[in-house]
Amino acid sequence: MVLIDGMVIILLAIGIFFMFVGAIGLLRFPDFYTRLHATGKCDTLGEGLIILGLIVYHFFHYLRTPLVPVKLLFLILFIFIANPTATHAIVKAAYLTGLTPWRLGEERR
Amino acid sequence: MKRRRKWFEILVTFCIMFLFWILLSGLFDAFHLIAGVLCSVIVALISYDLLVKGKNEKMLLKCLRLLLYIPWELWQIVLANIDVAYRVLHPKMPIDPRVIEFETSLRSDFALVTLANSITLTPGTITIYVEHEEGKFWVHALAKEPGDALLVDQTMQRKVADVYMEW
Amino acid sequence: MFLVVGLFIVVTILLSLYRAVVGPGVFNRVAAVNVIGTKTIVLLIVIGYYFERPLFFDISVLYAMMNFIGTLAFAKYLQRGELWS
Repeated sequence: MVLIDGMVIILLAIGIFFMFVGAIGLLRFPDFYTRLHATGKCDTLGEGLIILGLIVYHFFHYLRTPLVPVKLLFLILFIFIANPTATHAIVKAAYLTGLTPWRLGEERR
Repeated sequence: MKRRRKWFEILVTFCIMFLFWILLSGLFDAFHLIAGVLCSVIVALISYDLLVKGKNEKMLLKCLRLLLYIPWELWQIVLANIDVAYRVLHPKMPIDPRVIEFETSLRSDFALVTLANSITLTPGTITIYVEHEEGKFWVHALAKEPGDALLVDQTMQRKVADVYMEW
Repeated sequence: MFLVVGLFIVVTILLSLYRAVVGPGVFNRVAAVNVIGTKTIVLLIVIGYYFERPLFFDISVLYAMMNFIGTLAFAKYLQRGELWS
């Protein structure tokens, strides 16, 4: 039982670390396109890891309802498909209305 | 011929909707099952042409190949997210953004969507614009190495073309 | 354990709220609101585990879909100037 709790804590910690990296990237990067790099990827992976840790926790503590992990797996799949698509939609709208990307050496926007 | 195709699509949509109902509810008494059948029939009758359309021969083979492609992609996602974390937390922030453009040999909807999703999920690149007729991709890269991995090596394009058999 | 996870997620939401307020232009703000919506999904599931109520998972699945469609509608409006012609 201690082994399972340890694995859950490790998965949750790595997930929270990636979420923090995503939020710090949103603050530090100098341009709109680079900020979306940080959030569109790190957020998705961090959430996937947190929900994976909760699935493992559910399997070994609440064994009477085995259909809840299936619901959470659907949620992971949906997030992995929906988050990049929303990122692509915003980037496409910004590019087609004329927002120019940032090159090395300019000032922050 | 067209009427048979339409009933086949309605049947497939109904089966998928009813499977989702059973998996998400978890209650198996008569009232909920009959309500599930009714709701699935109504949804399938209204929107049967959204889920399966276009020419789909050998769809089962493509689904199996897609299931084999997903573990490789998950490993690439993990590796590349560590790279983005390094670039964010480094005190000097080594980025050098640029916009790349390349051509592929994929034409169908599913293949283009899979490649665009994979490009957006692996760190260093985001798809900006996809052109439908010629298979062109406009991609925004974060630094020189991820952009080169997509432009020069072309491993990801070859793997997706292997899955959907559209060399 | 779940309380600590929830607190960290709330701190992340407050960090991206700064970008929603300051960010020059409308695109930065749309991206920040999308990030807040994605964090809310995970926060709902963690709260569901903390208070031992299994109904929160259904709410989070629905909210994931609504956040996705809201962001897509916003992007489409910003690109074309209208939602449907």
